[in-house]
Amino acid sequence: MENLRELYQEVILDHNKNPRNFRKIENPDGFAHGTNPLCGDQIDVYLMIKDGIIEDVSFEGAGCAICTSSASMMTLALKGKTEADAEALFNSFHHALTEEGEYPEDVPLGKLKVLTGVKDYPVRVKCATLAWHTFDAALKRLQGEVTTE
Amino acid sequence: MTNSAQYNIKAIRNDFPILGREIFGKPLVYLDNAASTQHPTPVINAVKDLYEQNYSNVHRGVHTLSQESSNLYDDARVKVRGFIHAACVHEVIFTSGATESINLVAQSYARPILKEGDEILITHMEHHSNIVPWQIVCEQTGATLKVVPISDRGELEMDQFHAMLSEKTKLVSVVHVSNALGTVNPVKEIIDAAHAIDVPVLVDGAQAIPHIPVDVQALDADFYVFSGHKIYGPTGIGVLYGKEKLLNAMPPYQGGGDMILSVSFEGTTYNQLPYKFEAGTPNIAGVVGLGAAIDYVNKIGLATIAAHENGLLAYATSKLRSIDGLRIIGEADQKAGLISFVLDAVHPHDIGTIIDGEGVAVRAGHHCAQPVMERYKVPATARASFAMYNTYQEIDVLAEAIKKTIDMFK
Ligand SMILES: Cc1ncc(COP(=O)(O)O)c(C=O)c1O
Repeated sequence: MENLRELYQEVILDHNKNPRNFRKIENPDGFAHGTNPLCGDQIDVYLMIKDGIIEDVSFEGAGCAICTSSASMMTLALKGKTEADAEALFNSFHHALTEEGEYPEDVPLGKLKVLTGVKDYPVRVKCATLAWHTFDAALKRLQGEVTTE
Repeated sequence: MTNSAQYNIKAIRNDFPILGREIFGKPLVYLDNAASTQHPTPVINAVKDLYEQNYSNVHRGVHTLSQESSNLYDDARVKVRGFIHAACVHEVIFTSGATESINLVAQSYARPILKEGDEILITHMEHHSNIVPWQIVCEQTGATLKVVPISDRGELEMDQFHAMLSEKTKLVSVVHVSNALGTVNPVKEIIDAAHAIDVPVLVDGAQAIPHIPVDVQALDADFYVFSGHKIYGPTGIGVLYGKEKLLNAMPPYQGGGDMILSVSFEGTTYNQLPYKFEAGTPNIAGVVGLGAAIDYVNKIGLATIAAHENGLLAYATSKLRSIDGLRIIGEADQKAGLISFVLDAVHPHDIGTIIDGEGVAVRAGHHCAQPVMERYKVPATARASFAMYNTYQEIDVLAEAIKKTIDMFK
């Protein structure tokens, strides 16, 4: 059970118990619904964006501790970031867990680092990245709409 | 609690080499048997011996090895016949698994007879593999899929079943033992009611076959399906039992070698049963391994195994019930082989990972039964499922591991 403490660190358990920004945003600028069909995790991500900056981001849904805490920490990390910085952080986080994709230099993970223990549990990586993929989908959809205007 | 004196659990465990493994330095406690069971040495050796001594293609050569392989292959069919008490050996069709068996019946039995307005009747507790093949055939034919509801306890609403069964029903397909809830369904009552209005019944025996002695003639089942890998045999091998009369009337499922008597470009004469439904070179090692698995189960006796497993189930049920914040999903009167549960404070996925750290292997997820998860409003469950080699001590380890998990999340 000791090795599991690496994965289930206090911070993670705390975010699971008291998820931050766990709420709906009415009339959001961006929204996406993400699922992990394998384990039944479901998550909704809401976005408010002003002048290219993420003013507010929140989530709702049901998932495991890794999924919930990752979503909670994501909302804290994203608030106030530009869209471009948010994307870079997503890429950096994704790379840290999967070693896939390009690794953006100079994008420190900060508090998200505690989640990188998931790397040693390959079947759980999807739990940690679900919220981020959902955020990415919400943002891409939003950008898609912007370009068609 | 101790294991029954007559039941030589030590000898049985010694027959399963993998049970000697350690996981994170702890003895393996394998409680994911409903997903797939482990293999005893006689099964491993049967496959090894085949490859080392007798292997060749079956039913095709006059040479010695082909003859030996064919004999081993045919012997296994005889063993399956005996195990499920089929009337004839040729009513046993080898498939790749329960999934293929159900698809075969959907496409070769149901599809040719279904018309718009006809109905297939299944239940709310089916595995996806006893749902999707019927959805496909309904889409192909315009027939409708009807679903018998289940109660909060996880039992079929039999009143509803009787009410839904009608002259529109062309086939009933029902799981014998639910892989998500552990419920043992009253398949005899279902078959009798369906036969009263001439409706055939397929029984999905994937979870029943390792726990419950099955007599397809006593049940009067029209089709009975199962997979080898849930009864200590290899993967990729399964069985479709079908009544001779029905199988004879069905068109082939796939075309190819072995399933024909003669081929010309003017026309082809299909082979007789069972070969009509076994196109192509079969899974010879899988069949031989399944035969050895049945021998092994017979040696210990399925009734003896069932008694041991029922003891484990009762013990585990009372043990888990006493854990605060644990809820068992599926509390039918008649259960076999498994317990599904959720914790108030911990997601099943986390339970699975954390108790793996204690060497305990359980399944966490929707168990290919998403409608069941929806019915009980849970995203997933953790499931501990038992086999002949599990012990009471292992249930204690499971309970302790669950308690540690809860403490960790406090
Ligand atoms: C009740 C039930 N039916 C069907 C199946 C499908 O078996 P297979 O995947 O071996 O074809 C399973 C396997 O989990 C099952 O539990």
